[in-house]
Amino acid sequence: MRDKTILVLSWFTALLLAGNLAIILLVLPDEASQGPIFRIIFFHVPVAWTAFVCFFAAMISSIAYLAGKNLKYDSFAAAATEVGLAFGAANLLTGMIWGRIIWGIWWTWDARLTSMLVGWIIYAGYVMLRRAIEEPTERARMSAVVSILAFADVPIIFFSIKWWRTQHPQPVVYGGGFMAPGYWYMLFLNWIPILLLAVVLLLIRMRQEQTGREIDALRREVHAF
Amino acid sequence: MAVPAVRRAPIRDGMSPPAKPPMKPPRLSFFRQTFTVAWKDLRSELRTKEALNASFAFALVILLLFSIAFEPTEDETRQISGGLLWLVFAFAGALILNRSFARELANDCLDALIAAPMSGAALFLGKTLANFVLLSAVEFVCLPVFGVLYNVRWTQQFWPLAGVIALGTWGLTVVGTVFSALTVNLRLRELMLPMLVYPILIPCLLAAMQLTAPLVMGEPLTAELAQWIRLLVVFDVIFSALALALIESVMVR
Repeated sequence: MRDKTILVLSWFTALLLAGNLAIILLVLPDEASQGPIFRIIFFHVPVAWTAFVCFFAAMISSIAYLAGKNLKYDSFAAAATEVGLAFGAANLLTGMIWGRIIWGIWWTWDARLTSMLVGWIIYAGYVMLRRAIEEPTERARMSAVVSILAFADVPIIFFSIKWWRTQHPQPVVYGGGFMAPGYWYMLFLNWIPILLLAVVLLLIRMRQEQTGREIDALRREVHAF
Repeated sequence: MAVPAVRRAPIRDGMSPPAKPPMKPPRLSFFRQTFTVAWKDLRSELRTKEALNASFAFALVILLLFSIAFEPTEDETRQISGGLLWLVFAFAGALILNRSFARELANDCLDALIAAPMSGAALFLGKTLANFVLLSAVEFVCLPVFGVLYNVRWTQQFWPLAGVIALGTWGLTVVGTVFSALTVNLRLRELMLPMLVYPILIPCLLAAMQLTAPLVMGEPLTAELAQWIRLLVVFDVIFSALALALIESVMVR
């Protein structure tokens, strides 16, 4: 049943993405000041939103784990965090490609870039911590606590880095409602398949987690004899 | 190795007849428990001085290395002093925090502490308090050394500086103590603790650096720096509350 769901969702996502890609590449005109590269925003921004949704879901799931001690929620939190990390990486990479062409540099310590990077590193620590703990319930408890602390930190990091950067002369200002309404529409239209892609990855990753736990349990049973 | 936390039933006053003397000593109040744990930690640290010595020696070495690496002029010192001092504090803090729970591993002291008739929050707060005192001690020994090595008269704004350092150090120790408890059973404890703690501490360290740089150079706090004080306070309050709420999940297995 779940296999079928994943398969159907994957195809649906692929079709939507292909359709959107055709519109983005063939139908939409170049943006006046940026030229063709501006199209990357239709991926860059939705993947950031998706990463954020994943981390939020991971926090909710972690709270649910601590409240009920059901390992299913732990699997979900782990899967959501890893998928969020993948989308966060996509956000950073597409941003860097865009920056290289428009700003002429791969990286700058701009507020949003820095916040995203710091958040990404915190969640990478979460994944490393999970790898370091072998006992499943202990791993679940510890990583749930880290997930909650990490998500509480996200808004504080965002504001602190924003203040920090605005105290310095800013070489580049990015954003600020420059987009035409048609572009906004496309942004949301492309968010749908990207969010669906995240769901597909999440389902696959969750199944891996559960299979891993089952194998682990079987191994313990064998060792018990 | 896993010992479930034993909770002693509260003694009901006035309900039971006073004929029987209580078998167990009365339960200490939350703050007494906290101070008992903190005092225990401080005393055992003062006897061995292992974390304190390591932390202070490490801080000295870093101060020395920075001075050699950058040979800062007076203007450069003005710019980097906040960042430099807080990096030193954060590195020195990691050594103290690493020992905080690891110290209890020998002879299964940690299990005994967790099984003791007190809340996890009291144990955690006591440990945080002890770490706070120890790290503050290291910091206030580092400051004169910094003043001498970098030619800075850092005492001109002493009290505002002490306040900022206290706020920053509290943030550092409260987050650090949670992670100290969290990583205590890991093989890669020494590595995982700073790797997890430093990124989470970024807002706290950033604010403390912004505030410390002018104060150390003797410049008074300006109105535009007030937002950093607010940030430090908000960080401390949010993470103290979260830590107290979550610590039971970390420690009681």
